[in-house]
Amino acid sequence: MRQRLVLLVAAAALGAVALTGDRFWLQFLGKAMIGCILAISLDLLVGFTGLVSLAHSAFFGLAAYVLTGLTNGIGLTNPAATLPISVACAAFAALIIGWLSLRATGVYFIMVTLAFTQMLFYVFNDSAALGGSDGLYVQSRPVEGRMAAYVVIWAALLLVYLLLSRVLRAPFGRVLEGIRGNEQRMRSLGYPTRRYKLAAFVVAGAVAGLAGYLDATLYGFVNPAQLGWRQSGLVLVTVLLGGRGTLYGPALGALLLAFIEHYGARVTDHWNALIAALVIAVVLFLPRGLAGLVQGAPRV
Amino acid sequence: MSLSLFALQVVNGVEYGLLLFLVASGLTLVFGVLGVLNFAHGSFYMLGAYLAFWLSQRTGSLLLAILVGLPVMVVIGLVVERLAIARLYARDHLSQVLLTYGLVLLFNELQRGLFGNDVHGVATPKALAWTMPLGEAQTWPAWRAFTALACICVAAGMRQVILKTRFGMRVRAGASNAEMVEALGIDVRKLFATLFSAGTALAGFAGMLAAPLTTVYPGMGEGVLILSFVVVVIGGIGSIKGAFVGALLVGLADTFGKVLLPGFASAMVYAVMAAVLLWRPRGLLGPAFEGR
Repeated sequence: MRQRLVLLVAAAALGAVALTGDRFWLQFLGKAMIGCILAISLDLLVGFTGLVSLAHSAFFGLAAYVLTGLTNGIGLTNPAATLPISVACAAFAALIIGWLSLRATGVYFIMVTLAFTQMLFYVFNDSAALGGSDGLYVQSRPVEGRMAAYVVIWAALLLVYLLLSRVLRAPFGRVLEGIRGNEQRMRSLGYPTRRYKLAAFVVAGAVAGLAGYLDATLYGFVNPAQLGWRQSGLVLVTVLLGGRGTLYGPALGALLLAFIEHYGARVTDHWNALIAALVIAVVLFLPRGLAGLVQGAPRV
Repeated sequence: MSLSLFALQVVNGVEYGLLLFLVASGLTLVFGVLGVLNFAHGSFYMLGAYLAFWLSQRTGSLLLAILVGLPVMVVIGLVVERLAIARLYARDHLSQVLLTYGLVLLFNELQRGLFGNDVHGVATPKALAWTMPLGEAQTWPAWRAFTALACICVAAGMRQVILKTRFGMRVRAGASNAEMVEALGIDVRKLFATLFSAGTALAGFAGMLAAPLTTVYPGMGEGVLILSFVVVVIGGIGSIKGAFVGALLVGLADTFGKVLLPGFASAMVYAVMAAVLLWRPRGLLGPAFEGR
């Protein structure tokens, strides 16, 4: 009960920022909330299903590129059309990559998702028609205006959070957690575990696509670095920092990381070293992340 | 494609593949025996290249730089193993990925702080600065031939060590069952530290050999890291022979891809990997069942 209250207050506070109309905060928190969406969708795989995927940035970037292609190529901007198409493309890519990658397990799975991510990265990076390493501008954005974009992102975060917590409480989510605990036992109980894992992979990929779509909408710009493995690594860091296996943990991690990134860059040019030190410290001393500090709270 | 151009692609592909093997063999052994997935392995390649650049400026000779640089790489390996990797042996893959990812960020910042964002050239040693003719129209630089030869020597030496020495026997035993090796009273910590620093030195050596060929630049380790993962996945984790086959396959696929399908070359390698995975999900020479 208390946890719900805290989350409700946090959501309301994030929504209230829109009313201030402050340029910096809208942009900054908008970006941070996109990070939240991305992190909690990855946590569906990492924390709940036990799949360490490095392909998450690929779906994020792909949807952003699809939106850019639709608006720049055929002049289609209306979100009612571009949003479903972009998310569907990300989900479809997740289906293909997931189907191939899930043939492998454990550490092979990590490496294979990494390789597919880099493959997509090079496809966009090496092709002049797709903008090359410089990336592309979105010529007309689906949602105009910073405040409107902020409200859309805020609503998307709430929806994704509610959707995922519903999914995880449903029998489907229980099966995923069973797979994380002991996949063989789940299989012997008759669950087609690979199909469940693929379903989780596609759902997570689609949500990552949504985050990428929102990112391109907020910034009006895409580049191949958003697809690269470093980006995927950073999302993993977010999940771990916040606390895997909870939904609010990764969201908290994303907010915190956004602050560190912004203020770290002000203090020193080498803020990446700060992040590195933080990551190493969390892995060594706080394996359950920030959420591990909160005792007894429900996880979803 | 003319015959001499074809021959040039083959030797270049093999040479590149051999270089990849040096990096991938360390990666596959460290995972196979220590059970640690090391993302910082590419950083050792980068460190090696930067050491070659810095030391060859000080000493005036790349060969001398390599001689001095190799022990430095061994020490770096020992220190990283003691401070970071040793804490990961009992942890899950996610912790390993994240901690070594943190190391990648750290090494990148170190490189940026010390050498900046510029690209640096490294001079080929004078004795090897000539080229040999290949067919009518093509030439092959002697340094590439030297690189290939050095890699072959290292691979052959590695084979001898792993098959014929007591240390190699322990490595092989560790790859199949590290717990049992420990139960038999062998100091696993020492074995692990030695193996890790050997892998570090191999990756560094590859970076030093590549320095005159590719120049030295920020982030140069990451491309090699990802390709080494592809090599390991193709060959099968923990298998040196698999790494050798995989490395040659990837080297050739990449070199020919650049000539035959420019613009799609980098993706070509991953297509090969996907094909292998569809056929054999544990790699060409990987274990039939998952060991760990």
